[in-house]
Amino acid sequence: MRSIKLQVNNKQHELLIDEHETLAHVLREKIGLTGTKIGCEQGSCGACTVLVNNEPVLSCITPAMRCDQAEVTTIEGVAGPGELHLLQKKMVEKGAIQCGFCTPGMVMTSLDFVRKNPGASVQEIREALSGNLCRCTGYKKIIEAVAETIHPHNKSTDTEPRRSSVSGIVGVGHPYIEATKKVQGIAEYADDIRIKNVLHCKFLRSPLPHAVIENIDTSRALQLDGVKYIVTGSELPEKFGVLPISQDETALAIDKVRYIGEIVAAVAAETEEIAVAACRLIRVNYKALRSFLEIDESLHDIGTDEKIHSHTKFNNNIHKKAELRFGDQQLGLSQASFRSKMEFEFDGVTHAFTEPHAATAYWDENGLTIYTSTQVPHYLHRALSKVLKIPLSKVRVIKPFVGGGFGGKSDPFPHEMIISWLAMKTGRPVKVRFSREEVFLSNHGRHPTKMILELGADQDGYLKVLDADIAIDGGAYGSFGVVTSYYNGVLLQAPYAIENFGFRTFRVYTNKPQCGAMRGHGAVNSRFATESLIDDLAHQMKMDPCEMRLKNFMPSNTLTVGQYRITSNGSRESLLKVMEQSQWKNRYGKLPNGQGLGVGCGFFISGSALPIIRNEMPQSVVHCKIDFDGRVLISSGASDIGQGSDTMLAMIVAEVLGITMDHVFVLAADTLLTPVDLGSYSSRVTFMAGNAAMMAAENLKKEISKAVSIKEEVSPDKLNFSGGRVFTYDKKVNLTWKEAIDIAIANRGAITVSGKYISPKLGGDFKGAGAGLSPSYSFGAVVAEVKVDIETGLVKILNIWGAHDCGKAINPLAVEGQLEGSWHMGMGQALSEQLRYYNGLLLNGNFLDYKIPTSLDTPPIHSNIIETIDPEGPFGAKECGEGALHPVIPAIANAVFDAVGVRITKLPISAENILKNMKSNSLSKTEVVSH
Amino acid sequence: MPGFSLNINNKQYSVEAEADMPLLWVLRDLLDLTGTKYGCGVASCGACTVIMDGDAVYSCQRPVGACVNKKIITIEGLSEDGSHPVQIAWQKAAVPQCGYCQPGQIMTVAAMLGKNKKPSAETISSAMSNNLCRCGTYHRIKEAINIAIEEINK
Repeated sequence: MRSIKLQVNNKQHELLIDEHETLAHVLREKIGLTGTKIGCEQGSCGACTVLVNNEPVLSCITPAMRCDQAEVTTIEGVAGPGELHLLQKKMVEKGAIQCGFCTPGMVMTSLDFVRKNPGASVQEIREALSGNLCRCTGYKKIIEAVAETIHPHNKSTDTEPRRSSVSGIVGVGHPYIEATKKVQGIAEYADDIRIKNVLHCKFLRSPLPHAVIENIDTSRALQLDGVKYIVTGSELPEKFGVLPISQDETALAIDKVRYIGEIVAAVAAETEEIAVAACRLIRVNYKALRSFLEIDESLHDIGTDEKIHSHTKFNNNIHKKAELRFGDQQLGLSQASFRSKMEFEFDGVTHAFTEPHAATAYWDENGLTIYTSTQVPHYLHRALSKVLKIPLSKVRVIKPFVGGGFGGKSDPFPHEMIISWLAMKTGRPVKVRFSREEVFLSNHGRHPTKMILELGADQDGYLKVLDADIAIDGGAYGSFGVVTSYYNGVLLQAPYAIENFGFRTFRVYTNKPQCGAMRGHGAVNSRFATESLIDDLAHQMKMDPCEMRLKNFMPSNTLTVGQYRITSNGSRESLLKVMEQSQWKNRYGKLPNGQGLGVGCGFFISGSALPIIRNEMPQSVVHCKIDFDGRVLISSGASDIGQGSDTMLAMIVAEVLGITMDHVFVLAADTLLTPVDLGSYSSRVTFMAGNAAMMAAENLKKEISKAVSIKEEVSPDKLNFSGGRVFTYDKKVNLTWKEAIDIAIANRGAITVSGKYISPKLGGDFKGAGAGLSPSYSFGAVVAEVKVDIETGLVKILNIWGAHDCGKAINPLAVEGQLEGSWHMGMGQALSEQLRYYNGLLLNGNFLDYKIPTSLDTPPIHSNIIETIDPEGPFGAKECGEGALHPVIPAIANAVFDAVGVRITKLPISAENILKNMKSNSLSKTEVVSH
Repeated sequence: MPGFSLNINNKQYSVEAEADMPLLWVLRDLLDLTGTKYGCGVASCGACTVIMDGDAVYSCQRPVGACVNKKIITIEGLSEDGSHPVQIAWQKAAVPQCGYCQPGQIMTVAAMLGKNKKPSAETISSAMSNNLCRCGTYHRIKEAINIAIEEINK
């Protein structure tokens, strides 16, 4: 221990610290300033950036003792109490904040840069921010906010609000209702929640990919001072999983381990250090089994070796086979004058949200309460009840602010079960927070995939047949994998009308961290393959690939071959928009060698029409309450994970009631206080919770109208709600909102009403018909421009023009943010992201080696919202959070083809492969010449 | 600022504080042990009572400088899981109403019984006269003390 003096945000602190303590730890744990975030603990993400003596410093790798006598500024000290610095105001105004977890670090880095570089250019801003990772925004709006702080008079975009509704709420860009809190660093994420007397939990994880656990000896660890409890697998034998059909996971490994990193034991101790030390004292004897690490190994008969899961049907590791066929593929092939068939391979990628998983659980007279960074409080609620064997009525799940999810926080997780159990056993609150490496080991990302796809077109370019043979690598457990297996195929039945369509997918278990749902779930890789083949066909036929797509788009208001009900369809508008903006007609095929344009289209579900667990409950319920103060309380189980769902709910309710946003308050995602919503997955929240909110607001309007009509003796249907007033057109009734509320609650008190959403009955009656069913579908298109270095094969993206049909953009600022974030994530998968394993060991479980795009990798992004009103969406809205990811990856690959004539069949795109293929291309050309 | 090493609930804590800072504020503000309550700050209510080397003392009256090398027990350290006989007795007799004075009451009783397993009625009233309760739980406090005495003499 030694004593240091720190002046933090102009306040003097004297502290006793351990030599190994980092500045981030001291700020967060000793001074209580939790605005500074810990995202990686290795100086690779920038979330922990603070200013030390006016220089930006990564506080997670800075020893606190080196800061003795220093002046430290954290996010909490950037502006006076209740005030915002201009930079913070711009970040809020521009929509530069989504999940908000990277925001404090981003503000600190930018603030330092802005102060020191009063005339900086956009390129210099990009360079300055390149050490701060953001996974939500695609950086565009952050860069704009910084640029406008430097040059307040040069507006980077047209900020004139678009008015499309009477009250000016729906259709006008609104910063998130919690954006100010996030930009000030006072929004509390799971790791920021302080519950007194808490124990810390750490895990012992498996060092082997597949092995029998012969013996676990915890005796020495239990003797360590400060260790309160150690749990191993046998105490929590109940299986769970997000899907009822694949309940194959236990909280801790029992009898055997199935991947390197699987939890074998968990320690609850007084400090994190003690818990870590205790884990080291636990002795486990393993007997290694043959491990299965590749798709091919798991597809085939495994002889006398032990399977990964004993419950699988055959003597191999196949978890699920999904197959559907429509039309007549043989006939389709015979009609196809042009065919393209290729084999594709995709490495696994992961969500890489900036906030590591964290949770705190405690028990009291009400049972279990858990604060956790989750996308699906409802499914976790059910899983906790099942695993801990306690009634549903004794579980409360609270979702605090969540630092990004993208599908990676949409399963119930072992660590959530374990800390709940430890809290029960010790009678103390128990907390866990993952290291970045643990986040990577937890994975649940996109499946590594191999597929062979064949696509055929007739003489005129009409698509006649599509056949897909797919194998996906699920890792050790089921997760959403059964759904993923279907989505890989079924989500190819649009946006092009192809009558003869079929696929077969095998999902296999392997001894690696499990894969699950990731943004664009299931269809990203097969969409890539399809769009690549269309490009190839167009090339064979010497047809413009955009023209070929325009020819084949299905119309609005139609059924697909698998009986999906397509309502509004903005494919055509989307593609035409990006063609126009990119000057496609003048530039495609005409750019100099090494430079190229490529196109891709996409389509995605707007919420799964079927709940994961079949039951008769609505998929979303929203309550609205009014009381004497005139404020509307909206309570909803929907999980805002940075996509802006709380703001969306507030906007819809305010719009319906004709009141301003400061009259509404959103209480969300607390399973005790809010009605059930299935959660943030399958891009369902705007459509489903939005509809429920709209119905609740309409019902509230009815209640108020009824009371006012009786009092004022007018017919209720003559009453209008607008501009904060309730009135008749003749102004005989002309009440303020507050006056109307007073009438409504007289003799009755507070009014609570409910709204719900239940998807209509849709789809065919064949097995598998439910996969990919949605009340509505989104569509989109991207044109990418790339430059390929012909000396090295390195690809650089020069421009992204994107358009996405989201029905109606309720909050255009948020929609743009979702689109830009999706395109950003797609660019990462296209060019740099891959999970690399060696004998089952993840080699790059950190942000230094797993490369998500930085601000420097972000090209100019030209975003276009295409609005086609969906008949059932709230105000016509559909999804925008995932579908936009699909078209961007093939657009980039097709642009590489236009640039250097190399067809990409393996992701991520590698410079070596391009170079090799460029050489063999030019070789074959030379050969042609020499003959 | 000087540093002090304090033994609280059988755990060693290091704090930096002015030597005259009352132990109450060290407990509550520096160490986050908020079970010990502030009621008056002038030794007249007893809500801040802790046990120091076996004696019930007002933590609002003890400068931290005078607490070094003492064994201090707060309500958080009386037992790990609320199983101290006095705490059990308190539950059996359903003593607390608002509950604010109760940590102090419990600590006073625990100190008293720590020294004398069979205190006389006079000892009890004399010891308990240092702790005020405005909800009027005195009757049940007496009942709880009797339950606790019975339990520890079993």
